[in-house]
Amino acid sequence: MSLVAENVWFRYGRRHPWVVSGASLAVEPGEVVGLHGPSGVGKSTLGKLLAGLLTPQRGSTSADGTPPNPDRRTGRPNPVQVVHQHAHLAMDPLWKITTILAEAAPGSAPAEVDPSLVPPNLLDRFPHEISGGEAQRVNLARALLTAPRYLVADEISASLDPISQAAVWRLLLTAVRTHGIGVLAISHDRPLLAAVADRVVDIADVTGTIQETVPVVT
Amino acid sequence: MSALLAVSSLAVSFHQYERGLRRRTVVPLSAMDLTADRGELVALVGASGAGKTLLAHAVLGMLPPNAEESGDIRVDGEPLDPPARRARAGRGIALLPQSVTFLDPVTPVGRQLRRSAALAGRPDPRAAAATALTDRGLSPEVAGRYPHELSGGMVRRVLTAMAMMGSPDLVLADEPTPGLPAEAVRAVLHDLRRIADDGRAVVLITHDLPAALEVADRVVICHDGRTIDEVRPADFTGNGEALSHPYTRALWLALPANGFHLPEDS
Repeated sequence: MSLVAENVWFRYGRRHPWVVSGASLAVEPGEVVGLHGPSGVGKSTLGKLLAGLLTPQRGSTSADGTPPNPDRRTGRPNPVQVVHQHAHLAMDPLWKITTILAEAAPGSAPAEVDPSLVPPNLLDRFPHEISGGEAQRVNLARALLTAPRYLVADEISASLDPISQAAVWRLLLTAVRTHGIGVLAISHDRPLLAAVADRVVDIADVTGTIQETVPVVT
Repeated sequence: MSALLAVSSLAVSFHQYERGLRRRTVVPLSAMDLTADRGELVALVGASGAGKTLLAHAVLGMLPPNAEESGDIRVDGEPLDPPARRARAGRGIALLPQSVTFLDPVTPVGRQLRRSAALAGRPDPRAAAATALTDRGLSPEVAGRYPHELSGGMVRRVLTAMAMMGSPDLVLADEPTPGLPAEAVRAVLHDLRRIADDGRAVVLITHDLPAALEVADRVVICHDGRTIDEVRPADFTGNGEALSHPYTRALWLALPANGFHLPEDS
């Protein structure tokens, strides 16, 4: 039972270079794994592969043994949720916060949201009327409303000041510990990962070693 | 002798209409004070929504028509009204904007550089554009590329080249580092430091306190639309004993390397 990438390879087209080459990684429930590396080496792509937003050309990803996808027949949301860096871009600018949250759990949303995560006075505002830190809390609350088993937190605090950053992470860590959610925390910021993660892996280490054992297909 | 840029008690409010004709006034800036002199790099640090970008836009006379401004903005000791400041934008005062969206996505960057050279009144825009590229360490073939074909660090250098075209005395750099890899961040910051060392005034607007501390001569902290503190970078040390303002100390102690504390903890 874990979130697993097994020897996954991904590129955007046959003529393009591999963005992720033979990456293997596992995140256990309740564990926070930091994924570190400079930009442009495929950290976010690996996160999207693990969340089923991209499909690997080779290798496989799974969440607790099943593919990381929503089940449209039963209406079950994706067990792997992504929280993006730019919270405002992940929201419909014409929707109020209530509606944005209701996207994750239609009908019941506002009642179930933890008031320490999204203060009730934010609910009837529009995204442009709240700050970056507040928007990231809404973004996180929306992901948690789907009762995910895993979260991919992709540079979630890179656009935030230090106090908002510490606040968002404090809330995230409390929530994932309460519910035993596994987290892949993607960041270029080593001190941040050292503060939030149980263990930190470097993207070069999760791809490099595997790469050598895989025969090159010509 | 007065500072090159002196902003005092700057307040900005907006009139907005909600639901038909009901009017409301929002006051995003209530009391901002900032000075920057030649040869100096001043960092303006605060949370998103604290009014940092708005201050830069006010200095450039770029506020939207529904904005109302009060207070005093002096350049070289001379009080300037918004139209006078706007007239200096791109010449005496330059903005180094936040992101790639400030470039035209469907025009090669070379042509955009030539246009900013022409707007800055350079006699030979073509030559000025070519020199500007090489000055910022970019190869001439970059001129033929479109913005989306450049990395984040290269876009930043193109934007810097455009901002420097009019040889401004004052450069306002608005969040120039987020989303860049560590090496590119360092390059951008040192580029700004060099611009200041050339005898210009640089205002670095950022939420990234560690980045600001690396290059700034002074750090001005703003919070909720007002500037609340001014600190020397050397005072950010240890447990923040040298920081007198509680918000400044909270910013410092919230850094992951300093314990990741929240103000409500203490």
